[in-house]
This record gives sequence, structure tokens and C-alpha cells, in this order.
Amino acid sequence: MKKISVDKMNELFAAIAASRSLYMPVDDGKKGAKYDKWSEGTEYSKAANTSRSAKDFFFPQVEDMASFNVKGKEIEVIDTREECEDFVVFGVRACDAKSFDILDTVYLADPVDSYYASRREHGVIMTMACNKPTDTCFCGTFGIDAADPKGDVSCWMSDSELFLSANTEKGKALLDSISILEDADDNAADDVKASIKTVLDKLPLKDVSADGMKEKSLMEVFNSDKWAELSESCLGCGTCTFVCPTCQCYDIRDYDTGHGVMRYRCWDSCMYSDFTLCAHGNTRTTQLQRFRQRFMHKLVYYPENNGGVFGCVGCGRCLRSCPISMNIVKVMKTLEG
Amino acid sequence: MQEVMVKRASELMADGTVVRVLGWKKGEFAYDPTPAVFNSADELSEFVYNDFCASNLSKYLIALSKKEGSTLVFLKPCDSYSFNQLLTEHRIDRERVYIIGLECSGKIDEAKLREAGCEGILGVKTEGENVTVETLYGDKTFKKADCLGERCVTCKSRKVVAYDEIIGENGEVNSECGRFDMVAEIEAMTPDERFEFWRNELSRCIRCNACRNICPACSCEKCVFDNPNSGIAQKAAADTFEENMFHIIRAFHVAGRCTDCGECSRVCPQHIPLHLLNRKFIKDMNECYGEYQAGAEAGSRAPLVSFTQEDCEPSVVYEREASKK
Repeated sequence: MKKISVDKMNELFAAIAASRSLYMPVDDGKKGAKYDKWSEGTEYSKAANTSRSAKDFFFPQVEDMASFNVKGKEIEVIDTREECEDFVVFGVRACDAKSFDILDTVYLADPVDSYYASRREHGVIMTMACNKPTDTCFCGTFGIDAADPKGDVSCWMSDSELFLSANTEKGKALLDSISILEDADDNAADDVKASIKTVLDKLPLKDVSADGMKEKSLMEVFNSDKWAELSESCLGCGTCTFVCPTCQCYDIRDYDTGHGVMRYRCWDSCMYSDFTLCAHGNTRTTQLQRFRQRFMHKLVYYPENNGGVFGCVGCGRCLRSCPISMNIVKVMKTLEG
Repeated sequence: MQEVMVKRASELMADGTVVRVLGWKKGEFAYDPTPAVFNSADELSEFVYNDFCASNLSKYLIALSKKEGSTLVFLKPCDSYSFNQLLTEHRIDRERVYIIGLECSGKIDEAKLREAGCEGILGVKTEGENVTVETLYGDKTFKKADCLGERCVTCKSRKVVAYDEIIGENGEVNSECGRFDMVAEIEAMTPDERFEFWRNELSRCIRCNACRNICPACSCEKCVFDNPNSGIAQKAAADTFEENMFHIIRAFHVAGRCTDCGECSRVCPQHIPLHLLNRKFIKDMNECYGEYQAGAEAGSRAPLVSFTQEDCEPSVVYEREASKK
């Protein structure tokens, strides 16, 4: 384990940013926190988490895939991919770090999504243990320990010191490259972990469990009569899906540039009426069906296909953002009740 | 107030006046009630009404008033303006709705509590003018006036304008509410400053469509932005031009029909002050055509759809003072 004085964090950031781009949570006025690129003077935010998730780094909301130039009867295909920059994301919370594993199972499975894979290869994740978890946090429900976040490098912050521990080769290489870090005992962060654990034990959602979902059959959950009341006031907006760190669906669209086509992909939402629109029309014609799809995917389909791992990491963003305050916690509790 | 509401709801269901109740259901926390339909007196045990029941229930009546039997709805003053506007647009069947108007002194905005540093919220207690927030990291007490949502701070009217009965006292229109102050500040900016202001705000948009879907004035069966055949369907803010255009087009579309209920800004997960676009239109219409409040009465004709010979001509070069009559 390594350490550095909290007073010297700026020097640490400068050392990292000397060789690559460094991103971290910064306060966004009074409107929560957002990821931003570090430069001299940037202040690291201690907010519980960013309003938007960290998935943008690897799966941006919009990206160009290819473009087509039309000249007479010739169509020229242009590969718009560029070599991704090397970058470090500092201050990722345990929940968001876990969300990358979930995105990986989708995007790094054969056939590998080269757009996503390139960003993953060039990015180093430095996580930060949650000193102040909040009421909407329930990562523990999915076996995530906010006191012991994963990623390439794990960090813990006490009042005076920042402790860093590498978990991967990439993380070790990063820490080895920074000369201002001092060595620390492997148990140096234990006090910080212990104080976080005392807060985690008091979280209002600490007893929320998803295990009941596994005891029921897929069809039993699918046909539950609870979906009607749960989805009744859903507006069909995409807020929950767009703030979600694990929502991974996208649409591919062609933009007519006048002399060709720009093919891009953008996040899609299963809550939208034109989601997975096919030539015959739409497979899910009611909001109940669309609502059910989102939660079946996270709580039933994904675990069925991935060794019981749930497709939610308990970051709580949907609890904060939903215009009508409907969310996955209410869904789990209602379905199990 | 909650007890009285539940009592009246039970009575109206029992005597057959209504077959369902549209209200709010309690959530996980003090601050997250969900709009809900109650189909029996038993279900009303989960009915809740508190300082966080901010959602405007009017829009749900488009669907509910198509169902068999009458629906009881609870409307706050601002919600009742939306209701009237929907009646004007023939989107709700008035015969199938029974309205209980609610006296309202403003709703607390959870985001304001978070801004004030409340994290780990365990409970919220309101006693008189004081709001005490119990958190994992200690209790904090605020004046309720400091925790109200933006639309409540500049509340245009505490008058319920559509109702069958009212719980509490009906309030008054407040023409001195100052809701156009911020619009005036933006008008006073140079074009570059104004552009910068809106670019900064709108660049945060994630195109989740929460503003559109919550909006009682956005009641099209199929939005042009969701229609692949329209040629302008969008699923994401693909570039900065689109981010600007979506919100500006939407503001144009609801101009004259927007009652300024403020739901768009309340629900925006990125905290974009979208209501300012709508208020700009309302302010301009007031100045050009005389005071008009959409939804103040059902069936009223908005200035933009009723030509009179006295109408001013806000020409391409719009000189505010000169064009004012």
C-alpha cells in the first residue's frame, strides 16, 4: 500500500496528469457533482457521487461509428474510429466500479465491441472508498463493499492522508510511475474502512435484498400482477436509464449529411415507445411492458445469463432522479412482498 | 390534512361518486411519494399527503377520464391551472372527474435540502415554519421558506381554479410574485452573454425527456421527436445544436398553453431551469397582448390563437417598449 498527505493531493494529480488525461468528480455549482478533466486549480469533489454515472467514459451517450460518402454510384466507407487517449478516472465509487464489470460482460463478450474495448484498454480506474454514503445507497444489496472499492487502484481518504493500493498490473504500473508516493503498511487504511462500515450499518436501505427474485421462476415474476400498479404512473421518460451506470442499450441511427451518411449510436431506453422498433411495429406496446422489461433485465434476465450476478449496483441515482419517485428498490420490495 | 383527504376519499368511494382516487402513495423515505391510483378504500391505507407531494396529477386524468366511472383527484392550486388548460384542449372529460382542491403553502424541494448539505436523509419533520432534517450525519433545521421549490418561491397563485370542493381555504392570485425577475435579468444580458447562459444550462441535457413527459401541455399522442417517420426523431443530444433546438422547439410548442406549473424544472435530473424559457414566452405575450394566464379559466382563448385588430405587431425588429400598447 502507498500513501500521500491529503495536502499533497494536488501534486499527485499533477503527476498523473503529466502523462495522460485525468478525470475526477468536481462540484457542479450547487447542482451535485460531475466528472471533469483535471487541470491546475481543479478541486476534487467529496460529493457522495456524481449525478451522471461513470459509464460515459467507456460507453458515451453518442458516438460516431462510421461514415459513408456517396459519389455517383460509389460509396466510400470511412472508419471514424480514432486511437483512444490514455486516461485515468480518479474517485470512482465502489458501485460505479462494479458497473464496469457488468458492461464488460456485454461489450467484451464475443463479438467484442471494439469501440468500448479501446476505451477500457486505455483507461485506468482509481476508486475511492465512500466516507459519507447516503440514504439512497444500497450497493450492499449486491454484495458491493463501499469501504473496499475495486478498480485498478483502490483509494481511501482519512482527514490527513490518502492511501492507495493497486489491484491490477495497470494500477501497479501507474502507482510505480509516481515517485512522490510513500510506502505504507498494508493495514494503514483499516481505520478508515472501520469508520465507513459503522455508517454502512446504519444506512436506511441496508436490509434491501434482491435474493427473493432468485427464488421465484422467471415466468412467476414476469406474470406478477404487481407490474400494473408499479408502472401505472410511469411517465415513460428515460431518466432512470440514462443516469443508470449499468443500462447498456443503444440504438444505431443514420444521419443524412446531404452527401452521405454519418452512422452513429446513442443510448436508448427501454422506457421509450420506439425502443427496438421493428419493421412489423413494436414488440412492447404498453408502458407496463416497457417498465417490466427494464426491471426484468436487471433482476431476472441478466442474473440468469451471468451466474446470478444482478444487473444493478445500488448506486441510487434512479432513486434521486425519477420524476415520480418510482425506482428499483420499490420494485424489489413490492415484487417480494 | 392527510386524514381529512383520506376520509373524504373513502366517503366519495362509498357513496358511488367516484370509483377510484388519484393521489400519492408513501415511499421509502419522507421525500419520495409516488403518484398512485387507489381502487378501493382498503388501498387508501397507503395514501400519503405531505410537503413532498409536489407532482402535478392533472396529466394522468387524460388517461383516467377515458376509463369507466369517475376519478377523484386532489389538485393543488398550480395543478388546477393545468387541469383547466387540459379541459380547454378537450383532453379531459370533466364529467368523469371529481376534484378536491387543496390549500397549499408550497412544497419542499428535496434537491434544495441536498444543496444545503443534507445527505443520508433519514427523516424530515415540519413543525410550523421549521423543517428539521434528520440525517446520518446529524440533524439540520431550516426555515420552510428556504427549502421550497423554485416555482413555490415565486408562486403565481394560491387560488384553486377548478374544483368541486376544497380542503382548507382557497387562496389568492399573487401578481407581485416576481416570477419574471429572472427572465428580465436574462433579457438584460448581451446576446453573447445570453447565448453563453443557455449553452451552459442546455449543455447538461441528457435528453431523458422527463421535462416533456411530465408536462401537462405536452399531451400529443405521439411526439414528433419520437416518430421515426418525422425525419427529426432523436434519441440523444447528438450535438449541441440539437440540445438547444429540442428545448426551444418545445417551448414554442407550449407557448400560450403553458400554465407555468414548473414541473419541467422540478423533474430535470440535470437541474436545467427550463421554466425560464416558458416564462419568457408568457412575459412577452403579457407585454404584447395584455395579461393572460393559461388555465385561469377553462375555455379561454389564448392570445396567440385569437386575432384582434388591436393586436400589436411584434415585427422582426422587436422593440419592446415601442411595441407595448
